[in-house]
Amino acid sequence: MIKELKSPLRIVLENYGKINPEIIEEYIAQGGYKAVDKVLREMNPIEVVSKIKASGLQGRGGAAFPTGLKWEFTAKAEDTPKYIICNADEGEPGTFKDRAILEGDPHKIIEGMIIAGYAVGAHYGYIYIRGEYLLSINRFQKAIEQAEEHGFLGEDILGSGFNFQIEIHQGAGSYVCGEETALMDSIEGKRGNPRYKPPFPPSSGLWKKPTVINNVETLANIAPIILKGTDWFRSFGTKECPGTKVYAISGHVKEVGVIEAPMGITLREIITEYAGGMRQDKFKMAQVGGTAGAILGEDMLDVPLDYASLGKKGLVLGSGAILVMDETTCCVDMLKCFLNFFRRESCGKCIPCRIGTEKLLELTTSISQGEGKEDDIDLMLQTAKVMQKTSLCALGQSPILPISTVLKYFKEEVVEHIKGRCPTGVCKI
Amino acid sequence: MKLRDKEKDIIALLSKAQRENKYNYITEEKLKLIAEKAGLSYSEVYGVATFYSLFSLKQRGEYVIRVCDSGPCHLMGSKSIFEVLGEELNIKVGKTTPDGKFTLEETSCLGICDEAPAMMVNEEVYGNLTPQKIKEILKRLGERK
Repeated sequence: MIKELKSPLRIVLENYGKINPEIIEEYIAQGGYKAVDKVLREMNPIEVVSKIKASGLQGRGGAAFPTGLKWEFTAKAEDTPKYIICNADEGEPGTFKDRAILEGDPHKIIEGMIIAGYAVGAHYGYIYIRGEYLLSINRFQKAIEQAEEHGFLGEDILGSGFNFQIEIHQGAGSYVCGEETALMDSIEGKRGNPRYKPPFPPSSGLWKKPTVINNVETLANIAPIILKGTDWFRSFGTKECPGTKVYAISGHVKEVGVIEAPMGITLREIITEYAGGMRQDKFKMAQVGGTAGAILGEDMLDVPLDYASLGKKGLVLGSGAILVMDETTCCVDMLKCFLNFFRRESCGKCIPCRIGTEKLLELTTSISQGEGKEDDIDLMLQTAKVMQKTSLCALGQSPILPISTVLKYFKEEVVEHIKGRCPTGVCKI
Repeated sequence: MKLRDKEKDIIALLSKAQRENKYNYITEEKLKLIAEKAGLSYSEVYGVATFYSLFSLKQRGEYVIRVCDSGPCHLMGSKSIFEVLGEELNIKVGKTTPDGKFTLEETSCLGICDEAPAMMVNEEVYGNLTPQKIKEILKRLGERK
């Protein structure tokens, strides 16, 4: 089980470690499935959509799109059948918060999916769980079966006349499948290549039908919002980003694990108050949002970690992954690692990403070997900028962020490599 | 009320075919059979099978060792994990031991960053790896029949 650091506030993780996730009765005893009951008995679909819209809930997968709006677009789409997809293809390096929810409280996700289905008029749901998450897959399968036995899934749920069923799609190893349209192609049994957008999923998604696709953590917020209300939800976090975020902390801190905190908690608070401080050496940098995220230096320790505050600085919160690195870390070595990841995971469909990721890795590798040229820095930036503007999906659009922020803080260290010396002694020059 | 036609759910069929194979790969015969049953061309199914990193069309070892080299694991020392595995097994990344027992692969993030450095051996997860731990795991697996 993933260690949960002492969360200051628990909405998504309220049952984490408290209930046996394989026993539905334990979930029900904590008030589980009450939200489904409430929605089906007391609310019409439009009211459900309005409530989620009013809560200000934003997509927790990283893009922070307003969830209620997504639901509204899909509810208004005329084509049928409609689909609900839960994106549990958690592949962003450093991210393991969805796994915590999947393993620790699967019924909460099912409940969110049923409510989403009712709200938009969908009767079918898929959860796309990455193939490496075998425990999650097994637990979720059990949870589906138990929910069916209890009449929360299937036909005529709780005598309401509403039908909804869920099937698991097991991934087969591909980072890009976390991109929503690639994920849909993958469910359809194809190669997981991202599609051209528009059209967007609410009008044309899975099998070209109206589709809501939400992240695990997003769906885990639904039942609490339905039961406790929008004012309650909005009382946490910031005005622009209400609620909590589940962060995944890894790297050179004393305690690694997941932590749920109100949106807007700072990096300094997480590291010093919850993760027990740095392991041994002094803080050098942190990467927030996974490999596709930015490097934050010491001056960013007090920036609130929410979508809006980071967005205003041209940074991203992304999935909420936080990788903390101390002074013994070499920025060039890490950058090479990040770019190797993008190169390996590029699907190859669009040229800027396919060739760009290859070139970026070549350039960084030669810098790390002391064979780089001064111009290489500009060439890297220029390449990553072109990729950002011309790539089909977020994969090719992302490398600019880690590259430009590494250069913002540690350009001198990169230049040192070009001159033939790795200051930390990590790179063998 | 079924969501998908099981015969057409080729990713699940490919996973199953590979799981059932002792050497962790999908044989050409199986690939053809899956294509035929799904009503798809061989090339379409081949395209799918070669897209996903968990699938292999080449014979691998009984145990496929997949070591993560993404950010958190790299930071926590995955390099030394590769070194130890390479020395112990005497193979390079991507290769299989001559006795057909082990294949060593590099993988992207496995989502077990809370136990970095980490790896998977077939369907089992191993975290907080150290050179000593690796040697013990290999010994245990090597003795397994």
